Amino acid sequence: MNQTSASQTQALVAATSSFAMLRTLSLVAGLSGLLVVLAYQITLPLIEENKRIAIERALFKVIPGAVSRRDFIVTAQGIVPADDSSGDGKLIYAGYDEQGRLSGVALEAAAQGYQDVIRLLYSFDPACQCIRGIQVLKMAETPGIGDKIAKDPQFQENFVELDARLNTDASGLANDILMVKHGTRSEPWQIDAISGATISSRAVARMLNDSAQQIVPKIMADLDRLQDAGRGAE
Amino acid sequence: MKLPDQEEKITPDTFLRGLWEENPVFVMLLGMCPVLAVTNSAINALAMGLATTFVLLCSSSLVSLFRKLIPKQVRIATYIVIIATFVTIVDYSIQAISLDLYNALGAFIQLIVVNCMILGRAEAYASKQRLGATIVNGLGMGVGFTIALLCLGSVREILGAGSLFGFPLFAENFQPWVVMILPPGGFFVLGGWLLLFNGYRQYRERKLMEQQGASARGS
Ligand SMILES: Cc1cc2nc3c(=O)[nH]c(=O)nc-3n(C[C@H](O)[C@H](O)[C@H](O)COP(=O)(O)O)c2cc1C
Repeated sequence: MNQTSASQTQALVAATSSFAMLRTLSLVAGLSGLLVVLAYQITLPLIEENKRIAIERALFKVIPGAVSRRDFIVTAQGIVPADDSSGDGKLIYAGYDEQGRLSGVALEAAAQGYQDVIRLLYSFDPACQCIRGIQVLKMAETPGIGDKIAKDPQFQENFVELDARLNTDASGLANDILMVKHGTRSEPWQIDAISGATISSRAVARMLNDSAQQIVPKIMADLDRLQDAGRGAE
Repeated sequence: MKLPDQEEKITPDTFLRGLWEENPVFVMLLGMCPVLAVTNSAINALAMGLATTFVLLCSSSLVSLFRKLIPKQVRIATYIVIIATFVTIVDYSIQAISLDLYNALGAFIQLIVVNCMILGRAEAYASKQRLGATIVNGLGMGVGFTIALLCLGSVREILGAGSLFGFPLFAENFQPWVVMILPPGGFFVLGGWLLLFNGYRQYRERKLMEQQGASARGS
């Protein structure tokens, strides 16, 4: 190819008509469009199903004892079932045990972590007014450092019974959920940080506090409605 | 590196070249971005290798089929559109197979579009060769790329997390060498493999030369 002389190259260039270029590009673009749309259509139901399963799996892991769920929306007027409301608000999932008793309420929280926003699902148990578990849904924390918030058993122990009691006028939490340095946890509303991953740990504490301060008063105010929904379902 | 201008006959070498003589990672140092970025565990490395192989095979085949129809002036645009199409398909397919895997691989699936090994194969091989040879050659390159990624991924996971494909290898009290699954670890392990690979190549070449020298003297 390198031996092609200049005149030959020029002849080649001239010989390629604009039509040939347009034809090839259009053909390839059309084919590409066809394949991409086809792939999208075929995989869409599978991807939706995967997303649903992922939420469901996280949900039943995060609410101890739950076997069924109902979705609600927290609106300014109170908590309403998700299926018969058009209003937008925070989506929460109520989990019920076999007897249809409310075993916990799960919802999403998010905050900026070390690399990117961390999104997780946590559950609130109205019986003890405490947080019962967290499940990380999405994060980009450093593998081996920040990503321990998802797996580290010691860190997970913080959320077996993390105090989230209402204050006396029911406007927020009695005590802010706070992160403390590793090994210095002394109160049930404190989160013992992972040593070496203070930033990720603090993000978890901050998002739980921000979310619980707002939602827990609403859940406690409309607790009857959440409990009744379980009895009606089964 | 030889760039065959004539149409090549399919020989074992057509396939094997990608594994050894022209290994895209260890010899040609192509596609370093995914090589360093997603090899922090063996499973990520394997998934990335397979996804890249799929895109390489499909796009090279299409380029080879259309090679007489693609004018030189628009070839880059054509190759990129073809490659981007298959990357999009892989992207959707991985989401359909496993969301966990998809999240672990992050943006690097989309970045297969700019993997220079794939564009390089289209330009240097598929645009000149018949479909059969292109498939065999692409398969060799893809397997070579996947093996190289696995070499990095397994060493980094063993040292940096104390496990392989997610199965713990050591006792509870093993303190993993976390830096190995962080970005600097990618460079360390790549450097180690390059040293080993090229050291062995040189050793073999020297051996070959000595043998030839000996036989020349003997005759
Ligand atoms: C490459 C690199 C990645 C890091 N990733 C994280 C991370 O994902 N999460 C985190 O909390 N800290 C991360 N850190 C550490 C933080 O910079 C900081 O040192 C740490 O959170 C402080 O924890 P300590 O107070 O327990 O020492 C990283 C540090 C480096 C050098």
